[in-house]
Amino acid sequence: MVAVVHVLAVNPVPARSQMGSSLGFHIILACFGVAFAAVTMTAEWIGIRRGDAAALLLARRWSKVMAVLVAVGAVSGTVLSYEMGLLWPGLMGRFGAAIGFPFSLEGIFFFLEAIFVGVYLYGWERLPPWAHWWSGVPIVVSGVLGAMSVVAANSWMNSPAGYTLSHGKLTSVNPVSVFFNASTPYETAHMVLAAYMVTGFLVAGVYAVGLLRGRRDRYHRLGFAIPFTIGGICAPLQVMMGDIIARFIATNQPVKFAAMEYVTTTTRDAPEWVGGIFINGKVYFGAAIPAFDSILVGFSPHTKVIGWDSVPASQRPPLVTLIHLSFDLMVGIGFFLLALAAWQAWWWWFHRRLLLTPWFLVPSAVSGVAAVAAMEAGWVVTEVGRQPWIVYRVLLVSQAVTPSTGVPITLGVILVLYAILTVVSIGVPMAMSRRWRRGTAAEEESEQVPYGPSPAGAP
Amino acid sequence: MSPTPEDIAAAAILVVVLAAYALFGGADFGGGIWDLLAGGPERGAAARELIDESITPVWEGNHVWLVFVLVVLWTSFPPAFAAVMTALFVPLSLSLLGIVLRGVGFAFRHTAQRLRMQQFTGATFAAASLITPFFMGTVVGAVATGQVPVHPAGNVLAAWTSPTAILTGFLFVAACAYLSAVFLVLEARQRGHQDLVRYFSLRATAAGVVTGALAGGTFAELSASSPYVYARLTGIALPLVAVSIAAGIAVLGMLWLRWYHALFLRVTAAIAVATVVGGWGLAQYPYLVPTSLPLAAGSAPTGSLVGVFVVAGLALLLVAPAFALLYLLQQRRVLTEADTDADLRLAAQVDRAPRGRPAAAPAPAGTSITRALVLAVLAVRVIRDVFSRSRRR
Repeated sequence: MVAVVHVLAVNPVPARSQMGSSLGFHIILACFGVAFAAVTMTAEWIGIRRGDAAALLLARRWSKVMAVLVAVGAVSGTVLSYEMGLLWPGLMGRFGAAIGFPFSLEGIFFFLEAIFVGVYLYGWERLPPWAHWWSGVPIVVSGVLGAMSVVAANSWMNSPAGYTLSHGKLTSVNPVSVFFNASTPYETAHMVLAAYMVTGFLVAGVYAVGLLRGRRDRYHRLGFAIPFTIGGICAPLQVMMGDIIARFIATNQPVKFAAMEYVTTTTRDAPEWVGGIFINGKVYFGAAIPAFDSILVGFSPHTKVIGWDSVPASQRPPLVTLIHLSFDLMVGIGFFLLALAAWQAWWWWFHRRLLLTPWFLVPSAVSGVAAVAAMEAGWVVTEVGRQPWIVYRVLLVSQAVTPSTGVPITLGVILVLYAILTVVSIGVPMAMSRRWRRGTAAEEESEQVPYGPSPAGAP
Repeated sequence: MSPTPEDIAAAAILVVVLAAYALFGGADFGGGIWDLLAGGPERGAAARELIDESITPVWEGNHVWLVFVLVVLWTSFPPAFAAVMTALFVPLSLSLLGIVLRGVGFAFRHTAQRLRMQQFTGATFAAASLITPFFMGTVVGAVATGQVPVHPAGNVLAAWTSPTAILTGFLFVAACAYLSAVFLVLEARQRGHQDLVRYFSLRATAAGVVTGALAGGTFAELSASSPYVYARLTGIALPLVAVSIAAGIAVLGMLWLRWYHALFLRVTAAIAVATVVGGWGLAQYPYLVPTSLPLAAGSAPTGSLVGVFVVAGLALLLVAPAFALLYLLQQRRVLTEADTDADLRLAAQVDRAPRGRPAAAPAPAGTSITRALVLAVLAVRVIRDVFSRSRRR
């Protein structure tokens, strides 16, 4: 067999930018695919259990929005599977056989999800209430399992396992070990929680705006309370999970951790930097908490933290300032969301009603956008922090990138198209909500959504 | 080195998934093509509405098949995937552009308020439906003629601009249009639009004839551009080719006789297309890229292939029943006692309080004590945890 490793002198930056922007876009829609069904079904459960028409109406309208977002997600997901090959033939040619298994599982789960979104939409007027509720369960389950599968593929790039190489060629693969690599439990739990937080806080944010505008009826209060509660329950779990993961990264990918925390040299009593820009070996405008980084890593100031001097400069990630500030942003927003959830919980605990003052609602209205920012920042940390490796300590990004010269063009096209897709995925639900507020009931009845029944088509 | 049974099974799965995409995705693309050819906004209104009604329920869901094609290809035959993706970067990117534009156009079309905007988004949707199958066809043509190098150093323009590849592109477009027109005849009949039945029946016949002619042309081209594939097509794969031709003629016959049997017509048209995909697969055997990349050399380790089999088994086990459920629901009549959107709107507006029992039942006595106890226990545990940990260090 010819096993020539083409080390290509191609600049991987356009390809990396294209992959990053496509993933960064798709991940937001993916969050809705993972978590929106659970939010919708909670509303439906309340609606059926208590005979609450407002909750049922919410559930029904949310299911329509879910269908639109799943349909756009199907498009951006297709783009991603293309890009795996178009941009990274060097990765797929060598390791496609290993990374393929989690991806193919994800295919199944997405398929199931799309079909059951159809079942759920058709079922509204064709199934008895509880049977309909149960028809939504597969969407929730396959959403979570699908997220796990795709994130497992990413985890594998951080902690490659389950294969043997001889002379640079893959000779055996154990799909189970590929799937359950060292990073999988941490990354998947982190992402599933993130999906629930993004969805919960974004949907709650929409109704927070409605409440601020004076629409304080039961419909809007429920529309705020249900997703906010789901996001709020995940917030403390996510902060705990994040703490555990940071400690895992410190041992599993010490160089990434060093970039996250500005650890230049391996040291005890490592300080924790909050903010700050790294220029020429020094941190400017940052606040250092003495020895706190060591305490976070090993519960003691004397814990040794590995710095990025442990590897040669060519194996260190670029843009350490970006990595560190993204990490700080993610952690900061995580605590902001936790505080917001705790505030509402406190009020509910002692007063048994929702806290709906403007002081609370204004930050809640932006909580969804903040959650998205935190998630994107988190992905920046994992992905940029893994550089220059595409498969950690196995394959360099520069070995994986396509030799094709057209990438800057496709990057430009993708950016324009995704700007339009963003308008679609925000604009279509907004137009729907405007119609719901102003239009007649008959118009709402005849509304057509992807995967759903056509109004005239009932045979 | 000859291919192992696992290699052959994985290749068979790939061909089946490809055929599924050709059928389901092809019909979708064809709908867009007929939308493009339907004429001005008034003349084409009825046809467009029918196309819209039949596509919307599965909007872009059929891309899942394409994702499966890609994933099975890269898991089972990574070198072939890498080679195709590098050498055919341009046509693949263009087909992807079509997929995204289609999605955008379709989504906007339903919300666009003004006619001008609707026409623009509709045109985007329709044009994109033309782009995607054409460039996918050129990709298949490039592979079938063996023009894809095993280790390409970049784009290979000549591979997908050969006469065979371009012809294959047109063949794909025609086949999509044909398949879709046949399905639309049945959709129109089901909805009772007699004029549209005739409209699409005529177009299905025309598209069928054009598809046949293009297939003949491609076949003739192959004799010079890919002698290996041509020899196998006229040899071992001949039965499949014959079935395809017979099925194509049978569909034309049924349309001519106006025997619109919902199942027969659909299945026969599907067979005509699926056998072509199968014939292509068989003709390439045992090569991934004819005569330069054999199946055995391009296959993944057995572990990966077993993974693909497991996933394929899961797909049969899970996806098929789910589809059946969806189909049953689609056929089921609307429950009369179910609340409609209108009922819910009314109920939500009339009484803001829930209809059933009160929402917040008064807390029974004793819950506050329990709550305080639980809190206290938790607090003590957390504090003890923290201290015991620091003592250990």
